[in-house]
Amino acid sequence: MSTASTQPDLHHLGVAELAAKLAAREVSSVEVAQHFLARIKQQDALGAFLALDADVSLAQAQAADARLASGERSPLLGVPLAHKDVFVTRDFVTTAGSKMLENYRSPFDATVVSKLAQAGMVTLGKLNCDEFAMGSGNDNSAYKPVHNPWDLSRIPGGSSGGSAAAVAARLVPAATGTDTGGSIRQPASLTGITGIKPTYGRCSRYGMVAFASSLDQAGPMARSALDCALLLSSMAGPDLDRDSTSLNLPTTDYATDLIAASTQKHGATPLKGLRIGLPKQFFGAGCAPDVLAAVRAALAEFEKLGATLVDVDLPLTELSIPVYYVIAPAEASSNLSRFDGVRYGHRAAHYTDLTDMYKKSRSEGFGDEATRRIMIGTYVLSHGYYDAYYLKAQKIRRLIAEDFQKAFTQCDVIAGPVSPTVAWKIGENAKDPVASYLADIYTLSSSLAGLPGMSVPAGFGAHGMPVGLQLIGNYFKEAQLLGAAHQFQLATDWHMRQPDNLTGGAV
Amino acid sequence: MALTSQEIARVANLARLELRPDETERVLGQLNGFFILVEQLEAVNTDGVEPLAHPAAILGAVALRLREDIASEPNQRDASQFSAPAVERGLFLVPKVIE
Repeated sequence: MSTASTQPDLHHLGVAELAAKLAAREVSSVEVAQHFLARIKQQDALGAFLALDADVSLAQAQAADARLASGERSPLLGVPLAHKDVFVTRDFVTTAGSKMLENYRSPFDATVVSKLAQAGMVTLGKLNCDEFAMGSGNDNSAYKPVHNPWDLSRIPGGSSGGSAAAVAARLVPAATGTDTGGSIRQPASLTGITGIKPTYGRCSRYGMVAFASSLDQAGPMARSALDCALLLSSMAGPDLDRDSTSLNLPTTDYATDLIAASTQKHGATPLKGLRIGLPKQFFGAGCAPDVLAAVRAALAEFEKLGATLVDVDLPLTELSIPVYYVIAPAEASSNLSRFDGVRYGHRAAHYTDLTDMYKKSRSEGFGDEATRRIMIGTYVLSHGYYDAYYLKAQKIRRLIAEDFQKAFTQCDVIAGPVSPTVAWKIGENAKDPVASYLADIYTLSSSLAGLPGMSVPAGFGAHGMPVGLQLIGNYFKEAQLLGAAHQFQLATDWHMRQPDNLTGGAV
Repeated sequence: MALTSQEIARVANLARLELRPDETERVLGQLNGFFILVEQLEAVNTDGVEPLAHPAAILGAVALRLREDIASEPNQRDASQFSAPAVERGLFLVPKVIE
């Protein structure tokens, strides 16, 4: 492509750098979009994308170029991204990774999608994910698995696996993700990128295909904390008429403080006074030694930057697994009851009556994991079991959230691993899906409490695979998390590393 | 506590799912494995603990927000029915329900 060949390294640039080039009119949004679209095509074998439409993307890029030409300047104007396929979009098919929604066209855009479009971002396509965001390896996608760019035989994590792989492979500078029990943080960790799940309610859930409504939350995935801050500033904010759980808090500009911090001289200890709490339950025998080594080395770096480490106690951490796997399937079984083969979604070709049509359409449309969670959810909500399972789990959920509040009297942020191991081989956990739920241990408790959490690239573990450091903040403290991560990234270059088997040179 | 295949059939019917015999067996095994994990919940004393439905409620009471009951959406019938499996004259078609 002639336009792209003059800018061979555009995919090495992050959001902030691309925005600066676009603002200086050194490159056009159309050129940037063409460059990334060519690269996406070249790396098709990763399986990161479910939908592309170059005409739609280039029309959006032309509109951004017109805004730039008229003198408009804003931090994301003309920069491309792609959306996880659980955000509904008018211009691209939305499947949520399920056969149930094959060829589904939404009549509207999700709030997060329209907010980023208003900010001038160009959508390059829709990203693969686990079916209805249920999974930790992206191997529950009904369409195709996603491969980890660092080792194509391994999973990229899930459920936002396409988002993570696309950012890690430099197919997009940024992507949206959703996190119900770790689906932004875990794939970010396993692919060596940065991702943040904000406080529950910070980003609108309107137009996110619902999985577990009291847990689902949208967030950005990109290379750096700064790039995530730029995106989150546009994604977040109240959506009071459309999302009943949206927080009525003013929008924050998360990026300004970070940009100021990168240019100011703070001396050698910019994080002086920051108390980082280490829950002993996050550093036990359940975590692989290679992961712990990387996490501890990253924490030592935080100490060098002036932070102090304190021990905290989150005694119910292990119980967050059964609590989550009661609450999330219960809500999922309710949310997925809307797929009846009448208004949208798959309808079976042959059936005898209405009930038979429901049953056949649903059984054909849902994959194994969705079916399993609907069954669990229906059971725990059914007559005679509701109190023993669902209500009990919601009570323990409160105890888990209260434990965090106790811990936050001793520290400002909590740190630990994201995932107990590096990315595993595709197919390795397929035989025992229930056992694979155990790997979500470090992300579930903060999801249940609704706290913001992020994954920051912290080094490499076994097989040369990336390891992420998890940072958990108190409610509404996204800025503090991003600020701490940004200082770490000014001092380290783990977030700049990229898989060398995918450089591909100029496209 | 172990589930039986009859209970699996009952739950599948409630969820409007139709499981093949081999699927019923597999789901039975997986759900029984799952409920061993869930039995840990029983050991926790939750006397007097209020269930937590909205995470922000940990900071204080969360009031349900209701908007004014006025139409806010434009008519999008065609776009809304674009992905429907069977539509005729703007209506969704379903198998005969009343004889």
